[in-house]
Amino acid sequence: MTEHAALETFRSEVKTWLTQNFPKSLVGKAALYMGFDHNVPMEGDALRWRQALAERGFGAPTWPKAYGGAGLSAIEARALGEELAAAGAFNPIPLLTGMGSTMVGPTVLEYGTEDQKLRHLSPIARGEVRWCLGLSEPNAGSDLAALATKAVNKGDYWEVNGQKIWTSGADISQWCGALVRTDSNAAKRDGLSFLLFTMDQPGVTTRPIRLIAGASPFCETFFNDARGDKTDLLGPINEGWTVVKRLLQHERQSQTGAAPIASTGASLSQMAKQYVGVNDRGELNDPDLRLRLASHLMDARTHSLTLQRIAAEARGNPKVTAAASILKNSATSVAQTRAELTLEIMGHQGLGWEGSAFATDEIEAVRGWLAGKAMSIYGGSYEVQNNIISKNILGLPETTQKG
Amino acid sequence: MAVLTEEQTILRDQAVSWVNADAPVSAFRKLRDSGSITGFAPDTWKSICEMGWTGIVVPEAHGGSDLGYMTFGLLLEELGKQLVASPLYASGLVGATALRFAGTDAQKQNCLPAIASGEAIVTLAIDEGPRHAPDAIAMSAEKTGSGYRLNGTKSFVIEGGSATHLIVAARSGQDIVLLLVDASATGLSREVLKTADSRGYANITFKNVDVAATALMSAGHGKATLDAILDRARAGIASEMLGAASAAFDMTLEYLKTRKQFGQLIGSFQALGHRAAELYTEMELTRSAVEAALQAIDAGSKDVPLLCSLSKYKVGAFLFRMSNQLIQIHGGIGMTDEFNAGFYLKRARAVEALYGGQGFHRDRYARLSGF
Repeated sequence: MTEHAALETFRSEVKTWLTQNFPKSLVGKAALYMGFDHNVPMEGDALRWRQALAERGFGAPTWPKAYGGAGLSAIEARALGEELAAAGAFNPIPLLTGMGSTMVGPTVLEYGTEDQKLRHLSPIARGEVRWCLGLSEPNAGSDLAALATKAVNKGDYWEVNGQKIWTSGADISQWCGALVRTDSNAAKRDGLSFLLFTMDQPGVTTRPIRLIAGASPFCETFFNDARGDKTDLLGPINEGWTVVKRLLQHERQSQTGAAPIASTGASLSQMAKQYVGVNDRGELNDPDLRLRLASHLMDARTHSLTLQRIAAEARGNPKVTAAASILKNSATSVAQTRAELTLEIMGHQGLGWEGSAFATDEIEAVRGWLAGKAMSIYGGSYEVQNNIISKNILGLPETTQKG
Repeated sequence: MAVLTEEQTILRDQAVSWVNADAPVSAFRKLRDSGSITGFAPDTWKSICEMGWTGIVVPEAHGGSDLGYMTFGLLLEELGKQLVASPLYASGLVGATALRFAGTDAQKQNCLPAIASGEAIVTLAIDEGPRHAPDAIAMSAEKTGSGYRLNGTKSFVIEGGSATHLIVAARSGQDIVLLLVDASATGLSREVLKTADSRGYANITFKNVDVAATALMSAGHGKATLDAILDRARAGIASEMLGAASAAFDMTLEYLKTRKQFGQLIGSFQALGHRAAELYTEMELTRSAVEAALQAIDAGSKDVPLLCSLSKYKVGAFLFRMSNQLIQIHGGIGMTDEFNAGFYLKRARAVEALYGGQGFHRDRYARLSGF
């Protein structure tokens, strides 16, 4: 059977499976379960749908079957996504697992022991366990390797003390993957290890952080004699920096798609026509805004063409590469520019915080604009990405700055 | 870089080795120093024709290889890296495209094989003022008993000095028509321009130039045909521009890794490292736009106009910035004529103006997008 015919067979299997398993009551409800509000409970049909996905391995479709996935190729996984979308269905599992599906899982697949894979991957693939990541600390942001949280070998467990910050979803997660210092005498990148431990224990407390955009998923997380199992060090001891670099590449990769979501250009120009009005040639009444909007839409289109090009070059098997730094910075500037333009187009209506004088999408635009400022800070800031590009891709010499 | 076919890879590799051996930028320097009137070396042109590159978008029935625009783009990119001067682009791509889209059967039969062999140099004469303005064609083609009488001036015609034939856009009543005109026609005079970038441009004046009715190109009526031709011309020059910009980037990166100041390699300074990172990012993004336009043309996509404007705009913006940074980062040496940076800067501005600059294409992109 040719590759193409095999893919068509797979598609028709998925179609049949969807008619049998996707509850009609959930058609058009994707936004409810796939939005940023993590608190919509999975009950009734939604719960049954999640279980059906998990049963078939479609929650984490590219993972091996032995660990709860469906063992699909990247091409098959894309076809699956398209079939889900065509049926009005959706896969809520990645979102339900916090950092589990996109970051912890792929890293466990690469660095985990067989025991770790068996214990940790299936619950993620089934959407049953939410993970957070303990990376940044108050004094270790862009300079992540300066972190101070310590894990001490206590014989049959690791004892963890310190504080993390920007731990997304820490207050609702069951597990945490944290970068901790296991050797205080080594050079700063050489004394780190990556430890997995449960959040539901007396030594862990969390405090949500309120941001400029209002409530946020971010927390401060405190460890006071928290415990991690001896079998839960991911990768070799004191080689956590290598593990986390890989993990962050997965993070960047998951953040490169921001622009295509935001690049439904027609709607932004439509919106501009409504708010700003047009002249007798059908051009926006604000000629300066018109040209800046055009520049933005061209940048957005170029970004999505670049994602397509890189996918085509990888021939359907996208690798996590240093190119992720380029894409992350590009996605960030496209998304941030879009948010700024949206506000500008809305004029005074783009300044609402709450209340009935503003439409929902106007308030969302303001919140989104503010929240989006984090894009060029998290996951390695814009400047850190540029360091990676200049050193790792272009091979420029190390800076002489100490640090 | 797009995923290439085996044939494309072979042609690209052939172009790389030929350019490096026979037509490096030092050959362009020699040509400039010689004060060439045509703007290209006959030997260079002969080699290009012998390799069959002039026939890449010419149908096989007319003596070409019909390998498509993506393939042509790959060659122009490699030639652009070393600023190779030749009528390959103006005749092999633009002239051949115009004939394909608008030529009568007789015109195709007469001219396309001659373009493919290099015997004829056919170039497009569109603009009449200092800026690209395909909507403002004023040259007149007045109907006579036996054909048309042409009056007007065409400016900045690429390879206009060496062209054997011109495809001329003119106004005939309410219509814009295209006419295929022999460059030796009576009443046609050309002034070869001495431009900063030393390429072969000319201003061409038509004073009561009488042409036969058979000079009228069949599908030459209307803006749509002209736009289709111009879009392919834009996508082609964008490849050359990407080549020039990527060479400028490579020269700059090399300098960052070898030049020492304050006792260290200047590439270790974060200000320059970040600038290089931003330029590289922009180059990767630009490449996607340039390749997408060529692929859209080959696939017959309805997005061709939008993507060609996107391509010319993005590559224009990148080449502008890259050519300035080429000089800036090289410092004093970049200002000297002995160093090649100046050639790239000069070429950058000339091709920016060709078939519409960033302003033209941003406006067009907005219009095509409905706002």
